[in-house]
Amino acid sequence: MNWKMWSLKKSVWVFHVNTGACNNCDIEIVNLLTPKFDVERFGIKLVGSPRHADALLVTGAGTRQAAVRLQEVYRQTSKPCVVFCMGACACGMGIFEGAYHIAGPVDKIVKEVDPNAIIAYVPGCPPKPEAMISGVVKALAAI
Amino acid sequence: MIEVLTNLFWILIFPGFVFTLAVGLVASWLVRKVSALVQYRVGPPVYQPAVDVMKLMGKEILIPQDAHRAVFVAAPLVGLSGVLLLAVMLWLAGAGVAFVGDGIVAIYLMVLPSLALILGSSSSGSPHASIGAAREMKLVMGYELPLILAFIVAVVKTAGVLAPAEQLSLVAISQHAPVLSVSGALAFIVALLCVQAKLGFVPFDMAESETEVAGGIMIEYSGALLAVWKLMQALMLVALPLFLVVVFLGGVGTSGWALLGGIGKYVIVLVLVILIRNTNPRVRIDQAMRFFWCYCGTALVAAVVLAMLGNYYGLTWL
Repeated sequence: MNWKMWSLKKSVWVFHVNTGACNNCDIEIVNLLTPKFDVERFGIKLVGSPRHADALLVTGAGTRQAAVRLQEVYRQTSKPCVVFCMGACACGMGIFEGAYHIAGPVDKIVKEVDPNAIIAYVPGCPPKPEAMISGVVKALAAI
Repeated sequence: MIEVLTNLFWILIFPGFVFTLAVGLVASWLVRKVSALVQYRVGPPVYQPAVDVMKLMGKEILIPQDAHRAVFVAAPLVGLSGVLLLAVMLWLAGAGVAFVGDGIVAIYLMVLPSLALILGSSSSGSPHASIGAAREMKLVMGYELPLILAFIVAVVKTAGVLAPAEQLSLVAISQHAPVLSVSGALAFIVALLCVQAKLGFVPFDMAESETEVAGGIMIEYSGALLAVWKLMQALMLVALPLFLVVVFLGGVGTSGWALLGGIGKYVIVLVLVILIRNTNPRVRIDQAMRFFWCYCGTALVAAVVLAMLGNYYGLTWL
């Protein structure tokens, strides 16, 4: 493993993208930063700009309005970066499948920009914070 | 020849560039760790800032289409070199090597990082960054006046004891501890708040506020350029508290107990800054300017008058 990958795994800065979520997954993501879970122990930090980010935490089913923005945010993120689909909606549209305002699941939207994007899925409605940490750890071990 | 090599070693390795970088990374770990402890968290491991910088070095550098490329790339380097120079000058002042008037040079060099931030962010072509730059500019105008007045208090306190030419030399000033007098203590408190604003820490982090202008001045920076900014901020964590120690708290010695005491003073100032950061909300830019000009400015004019009265009547405690 080269030094780039090693340091990337040790310090993952995440940017939170909401593509039409009901705010439930977002609350659970913010929960990760609280003293109970404290992901800063592992060097995970929430940043304000996609340019600084190593991982995009995407929540929501990917509405038609948000799809274009998500693609733009993905282009603005400096590579290498990982896309995390957080929650049932982001993984596979959830209960919104087939609805008129949905542009497709998040992974499809991202792959329109970059077919080789690294995408990880954490299902759940909402996923528990423990599940999110476990998902991030598994995804980082895989790359 | 040996002398040249020793001097180069002093400037480049210890206690110059490399040593300052190492101390800066440890200091920025201390910031995150103490913040975590204040919030009842565990906090990051000690190597975290170094790994962050390493990771950023390995990432892609994105330069916005609308950016002025040369300024955008040069600004972080200008800021970093400014702080490095400042840090080396302060270490040398601690060791007794200096020139007359280096206090003034130090004050100039302390503006350089903020100036570089303003240049870099306004050349990036992002509206968020320009809001950040405007705020940083106003903040600089706000805290420069109190900071210089605080420095004047330290100079005035040394008036009776030093030859007039030596009063502006950091070595001469660092032999005294103005904080032990009323005016000096006042000046130290205000200078501490100015350092808080220079570091861009809460309550004066409106230029970089992640929750409203999404990173503000640094929003468009990524990869190695962001790493240079992070290094610059780490170095400021060394240089600015050290400046306070040299000017107000009697400086850092070179050996034995004086050196230990100097390190202790530095850590105390740093922890004070971190605690202020963690116990205050962010203020608006107009509140910050009013605070620095009206309250800090007035307090320091009073401090200058007190210091001069103290000199005139020979009361060292004033």
